[in-house]
Amino acid sequence: MKYALLIYADEAIENAMSEEEQAAMYQEYFAFSEAEREAKSMLGGEALQPVATATTVSVRDGKTLTVDGPFAETKEQLGGFYLLDVANLDDAIEAAARIPGARTGRVEIRPLIDFDDM
Amino acid sequence: MTPDPRSAPPTQEVVRDHLAQVLKEKGGALTGALVRHFRDLELAQDTLQQACRRALETWPRAGLPDRADAWLLVTAKRSGTDVVRRAAVWSRKAETLGHERSSDPDPETVLVQRLDQEGLDDDLLRLIFLCCHPALNPEAQLALTLQTACGLDTEEIARCFLSKKKTIAQRVVRAKRKIRAAGVPFRIPPPHLLGERLQVVLTVIYLIYNEGFLATREAERTDLAREAIRLATLVARRLSGEAEAAGLLALLLLVDSRRATRFDDDGVLVELHRQDRSRWDRDQIGRALELLRRTLMLRRVGPFQVQASIQAIHAEADTAADTDWHQIVALYDVLRALQPSPVVMLNRAVAVRMAHGPQAATTVLDRLAAAGALDGYHLFHVAQADCRAALGDTDGAVQAWRRALKLTGNPAERAAIERRLREADDKAVPAQPSKTSS
Repeated sequence: MKYALLIYADEAIENAMSEEEQAAMYQEYFAFSEAEREAKSMLGGEALQPVATATTVSVRDGKTLTVDGPFAETKEQLGGFYLLDVANLDDAIEAAARIPGARTGRVEIRPLIDFDDM
Repeated sequence: MTPDPRSAPPTQEVVRDHLAQVLKEKGGALTGALVRHFRDLELAQDTLQQACRRALETWPRAGLPDRADAWLLVTAKRSGTDVVRRAAVWSRKAETLGHERSSDPDPETVLVQRLDQEGLDDDLLRLIFLCCHPALNPEAQLALTLQTACGLDTEEIARCFLSKKKTIAQRVVRAKRKIRAAGVPFRIPPPHLLGERLQVVLTVIYLIYNEGFLATREAERTDLAREAIRLATLVARRLSGEAEAAGLLALLLLVDSRRATRFDDDGVLVELHRQDRSRWDRDQIGRALELLRRTLMLRRVGPFQVQASIQAIHAEADTAADTDWHQIVALYDVLRALQPSPVVMLNRAVAVRMAHGPQAATTVLDRLAAAGALDGYHLFHVAQADCRAALGDTDGAVQAWRRALKLTGNPAERAAIERRLREADDKAVPAQPSKTSS
């Protein structure tokens, strides 16, 4: 089954880390990606640039509205995601728990819609 | 499996009763077996329902089958396989089920040979773990377990929890959808997950028991206490190395042993010290104590075993006065270390009152009151009231009982509190000639 693992974290926490701590964290992410590739469960994943770089677009009554910033001002923001193909929710939970962001923030697991199943 | 042609075919009523009986005993297990077969909870339940409808149609003509459970299982599987084959979009499922086409002349006989109680028990256990998965919120876990493993219908569940039928129905539907969409697995959790998942299952079973515990006799058609004990027995038996599962079973058996004395003839809750101990179920107590003794030897103590040990002390006391309250306080100290919670602290305070007197207990209760966590809990105010009454502060006691009354809707509990208020009233007011009007 395919899942999106959405990593939400408070950017302030990461910004407060020392260079060594950040480097260690990136190393962990790298190791996680490698492990998932090895297990043949990795479908994709990316790290997102900080929330300050975000632009939000909506279209209402045919008019395009462009606004500086994320879709909502929340303490924790989307910082990255993985797309994994694993056997069941327990395996997705176990993978999410290995994501560094789960220790400082939270990882939301969402099953993907499988259009072949409809 | 053909019926004896000399016997008269069963009436509709006999068929219905027999079906109801089978569902009561085996419904959860059959659902589990079907979930294992179809890998889908809703399909499992739908096909079982269909099989029941088929039974009501055919059994009056063909007679009651020897093994109704096997009959239902075969019929459900067949109707489900048809559904799966017909629906092109379920192509993946159809592939896996295709090989199940049986060429046996009498598939029911074959199934009966393979349908052993252990297999059914395991499927029921898998089903319970499914319903109690952490991906579902606690209310959903409870409602789904009652509906799926215990076979309660929405109305019965709603009545037990004083909820609306619609609320429960929506909750159950959402939970089933989540299970399917999010891929919650149907299995006994692997060793590295078993401990934490079992804790949830045991907690849900405990909640089921507690909801049944306080049901007045009037509220009865559903014996939640029996259901909880049935599930606890299953879990303890199938997971025989798990000390806490056995601990929960021992706890429930001990508390349940007092069922005959829990209510008086007016449906009012009777406190422990007022119960007629000669009417406690001594056989059940004996079995529970033996189970607890063996379990404690595993040396894997947990909260349920400690609670069972506390109940064991009550069970072993011939009279209320013989109760070893100091031991109970000590056990609450152990429990507090394992499972610190305001309710544990409250129960400990009650034990402190019995062991060390109301003044000592008041100190503990005042600390709890300051922390504020138990403000909305009626039993906290009852405990305060009892302490104040013991210290001679009747006004303070009445105030606390009144507060408690506002916080619980359960009729049996309310009656018990109201009786305490009446007793306090009788003591306070000197005897007067009664008024002619009321």
